[in-house]
Amino acid sequence: MRMFLLGLAALVIVAIAGISAPWLQFLLSLAIAKGLAALGVAILLRAGLISIGHAMFFAIGAYATAFLTRNGITDFVSLLILSTLIATAAGVVVGAFMVRYRAIFFAMLNLAVSMVLFSLLSKLYNITGGTDGMRVARATFFGIAPGEQTFELIVFLTSLVVVMLVGFAVSAYFRSPLGEALKAVHTNEIRLEYISIPVWGVLLVGYTISAALAGLGGSFAAMIIGHVLPEMAFWTESGHLILVAVLGGIGGVAGPFIGAIFLELVHTFAASFTDAWSMIVGAALLFVIFFLPSGLYGLINKKRGGSAV
Amino acid sequence: MSKPLLKAENLEISFHGVKAADGVNLEINEGEFLAIIGPNGAGKTTLLNLCTGYLKPSAGHVYLDGKQITHLSPRQIAKRGIARAFQIPQLFTDHRVIDNVMLSNAARLNLWQMLSPLDRPRYRDEAMELLRMFNLADHANDLASTLPEGRRKLLDIAVALALKPRLVLLDEPTSGVSAIERFGLMETLMTALRQAKVTALFVEHDMDVVRRYAERVLVWNRGHVLTQGRPEEVFQDQRVIETVVGAV
Repeated sequence: MRMFLLGLAALVIVAIAGISAPWLQFLLSLAIAKGLAALGVAILLRAGLISIGHAMFFAIGAYATAFLTRNGITDFVSLLILSTLIATAAGVVVGAFMVRYRAIFFAMLNLAVSMVLFSLLSKLYNITGGTDGMRVARATFFGIAPGEQTFELIVFLTSLVVVMLVGFAVSAYFRSPLGEALKAVHTNEIRLEYISIPVWGVLLVGYTISAALAGLGGSFAAMIIGHVLPEMAFWTESGHLILVAVLGGIGGVAGPFIGAIFLELVHTFAASFTDAWSMIVGAALLFVIFFLPSGLYGLINKKRGGSAV
Repeated sequence: MSKPLLKAENLEISFHGVKAADGVNLEINEGEFLAIIGPNGAGKTTLLNLCTGYLKPSAGHVYLDGKQITHLSPRQIAKRGIARAFQIPQLFTDHRVIDNVMLSNAARLNLWQMLSPLDRPRYRDEAMELLRMFNLADHANDLASTLPEGRRKLLDIAVALALKPRLVLLDEPTSGVSAIERFGLMETLMTALRQAKVTALFVEHDMDVVRRYAERVLVWNRGHVLTQGRPEEVFQDQRVIETVVGAV
């Protein structure tokens, strides 16, 4: 209950910040989009699996939105749902193969598949626009096409509602036997098999949920930015998602969102002072690894904050 | 005469040329408590690995209720009613003690129930009952990794029994348990097994435990069954005294 109230209070604070300073809306919406994808990565980290290729689902969600708008589907909610479903389907297909592997093999195979997608997005110029990417037309809300500022405000507020809904859903998943079994994969796979819980199935469900979240984040990002690029699937983007998850902490649902917002803010402010902003971001990460092993989330929830690394 | 619940026929397996099972035949009847004894390295744990699908024999078959289970996975075999407790306890160390038992309970749930909360009154009550039986109720909310070795062993057995198996295979249930607690543990275990009408096969090094609790003893040496029978007969056998009793 305490964490629920804290989460709600945090969302209200973010909403007030965004409404009172409209220039923050774009930044916060984008942070939430990345936070959704980072939550997907954090789900796999609970099972002890590091994916260095999860940006592929972020890109699939983003490109799905771009293709759908190109084909006349412009309704905001429909775009989010359909793009998430496409990323989910991709998660099932890729996951069925990935969950057979562990440790470095899992990490590298995800990396390899994501780089194949990056290459396809870059090279298939006639379909994907190549390295120029694709423009994403501004979405409509129940048939109404809003102006730019209204659009940004609606997307921002919708992203907060989505964070709340996703928060409830993922928390419920973590507390369910499937979610607890996912965590148990990290500590004792053999015992799971011996109590007749299929590790393969547990991981596939986890992988699919993580892909769906990344796809949802990607769809948001596509609509917020209004443009998609192959770089969305590049391995550095996957590394960025891991960074966000580790920075925020994987002990709870809030961690990746805290990490994403923190990183976006540090990035924005550091970049306004110096070109060497990545040095400041790196120093922030080092600080978290050394002094906050449960991530920024561990500051709020010392008791339950899971290890970030 | 009760029918064999588990039957192994001509089991063979070798590691680097050393035969750990060489044409082994074994039967355990419904409701029976069978002890397997033998010197270290005799292949006793290998037998449990073969019966639970962790290892596949190079020859021979394993049957449960007359149906072959030789090539099934540990998960499929567990689903058919064979649970296992390990020599080195296999726990979910990042979970609470009660979560370990509740997860084992949850293995019987359908997919929809697998998505509902694990910590619900019904599952909690069921798990607490088992934890009370093994004197672990006071540790229910502790992390499994914080338990001392003896209690980890008890929890490992509780996790196996939470599956409500028909047959439980126990690999040295009293190892790691202090001499004072040993018979207390076995009394608890035997009561739990009798109450739940569970058949048990246990590998054991403590001959006093075997004498007191086994209904039948199978002596294993160098991949062969040396002899088997009632404890009082087996422990009179000169070969057993020479190879096993004197050696442990």
